[in-house]
Amino acid sequence: MSLFNRTSVGQEALEAKGWWKSNQWLVLRRSSQLGLLLLFLVGPWAGIWVVKGNLSSSLTLNALPLTDPYVLLQAVAAGYWPQATGLIGASIVLAFYAIFGGRAYCSWVCPVNPVTDLAAWLRLRLGIRGGAHLSRDTRYWILGMTLVVSAVTGTVAWEWINPVTMLHRGLLFGGELVWAVILVIFLFDLFVMPRGWCGRICPVGAAYSLIGFKSAVRISAKNRTACNDCADCYAVCPEPLILKAPLKGGPTGASPVVLSPNCTNCGRCIDVCSKDVFSFSTRFNTSTCTEQNAACGPSQPSV
Amino acid sequence: MNDSTKVSNAERRTFVLNAARMGCGVSMLGLGLGLAVNQAKALPAQALRPPGAGSENAFLGACVRCGLCVRDCPPNILHLATPGQPVTTGTPFFVSRIGACEMCENVPCVKACPTGALDHGLTDIKKARMGLAVLVDKETCLNFLGLRCDVCYRVCPLIDKAITLELRHNERTDKHAIFEPVVHSDACTGCGKCEQACVLKTAAIKVYPIHLAKGEMGDHYRLGWVEQKKNAGHSLIESQGNLDLPDRMPEGLKLPGHFDPGSKDTPR
Repeated sequence: MSLFNRTSVGQEALEAKGWWKSNQWLVLRRSSQLGLLLLFLVGPWAGIWVVKGNLSSSLTLNALPLTDPYVLLQAVAAGYWPQATGLIGASIVLAFYAIFGGRAYCSWVCPVNPVTDLAAWLRLRLGIRGGAHLSRDTRYWILGMTLVVSAVTGTVAWEWINPVTMLHRGLLFGGELVWAVILVIFLFDLFVMPRGWCGRICPVGAAYSLIGFKSAVRISAKNRTACNDCADCYAVCPEPLILKAPLKGGPTGASPVVLSPNCTNCGRCIDVCSKDVFSFSTRFNTSTCTEQNAACGPSQPSV
Repeated sequence: MNDSTKVSNAERRTFVLNAARMGCGVSMLGLGLGLAVNQAKALPAQALRPPGAGSENAFLGACVRCGLCVRDCPPNILHLATPGQPVTTGTPFFVSRIGACEMCENVPCVKACPTGALDHGLTDIKKARMGLAVLVDKETCLNFLGLRCDVCYRVCPLIDKAITLELRHNERTDKHAIFEPVVHSDACTGCGKCEQACVLKTAAIKVYPIHLAKGEMGDHYRLGWVEQKKNAGHSLIESQGNLDLPDRMPEGLKLPGHFDPGSKDTPR
């Protein structure tokens, strides 16, 4: 037995749909993460200032201000009412994620996501199972705690330790100890707690999940009747608990739309499903595919 | 008690216990974070905030650590504190001995601040109070030794206002003058040019955060000569005439006309 398990996750999809269709969303997502980072980096690296600042607050092309609503909320909790630029920036971000899924930030933007995804992938490959348990609600408690601590100490408290902004700032402005923090998170996810940081602790993700509580863009298990119970989607999903109801709720009449605000809209379930059960949709579209309605599902294998 | 109440009681119990577990665990984390954050409020004396930052406490509650001020600083003297540095992580600061504020007329760093943690009301850089220069060491300052170094005075962007040279007699040689550099807090912006330029190995003039550099008399002090000006030339105690304060004399000794509070004699 080799160190690396040959995992069968995604194998079926690869054979049925080819490489691109079984990795499409992953590639797009990594491109988004890397692209956004490069947009920030060409400034300090090449002197081309497309975006200034960092994920806490930025200015694009000297015109578009964007501010992280959670960071700003900490300032408000600390007793400070920000200037218009910050409030406008936060409103734009709020509006965007309220439509496209709050935690889309986590899977399409956040620089920590590739780190924790790598840990999850290694976990699968190394066959590391189990670990410490922590409720997935913990992040909301931590979110509340950070606001209380901000209010009590009168400082933007979580930003003192926040690995998300810390990593981004480290990449853009330097700072060697940042890598130690990121390494700790990686090892924590790998050995201590599966999907520990993003799935249970991070209050930034918790804040974005609340922002996208009623977001329009959602994954839908539209084609759930085609599910062959391979469970690959559960294996890759960073929040596997949220898939069960939409996928298996057919008999009870549950909506096929993944309505949980914890869904990160990463689209990995779409990739790894050989039967094309999942697709991007909206929360309002609760239709499902039936055998009579062969029009839905992007690549229904024709028999 | 029927079955359904039992179930709901058990559920309630689980819920309360879970909430208690979460609440306590996270509170412990919060306590740690709070203590750490509170400790991190202490700013080393060499670290100066950008113009318009206000008090350290207020600044830490308003700055979102985005670095836009750093990016818009033309001489590039501002830095974001990295983890491990003794300044709160991610907040902007400069060390004037390494790079002093150039006092750009249009104050670009303040304009760049999206939250107003750097007060947008500050449009005149001469009104900035990033710190206050203090001539901390008169023993090594070359001007105090009788030389005409004058460098701090010459580089001061507000020469003759923020730093003046006060002439006095050199007691050592008895025939030369000492040109003492004196900082005036009503004009000094704390840009740090003087500290950066000081020719000594370690600067004799340093810029400190104002709360470290400046004394405070307290509200009950009133300066007679100031009050006199305000009061159309009349003294504060004019109506009371000359005060006769008690004199303490050696026991038994009596001087006519003096009041001894220890004796039983009543003052005349």
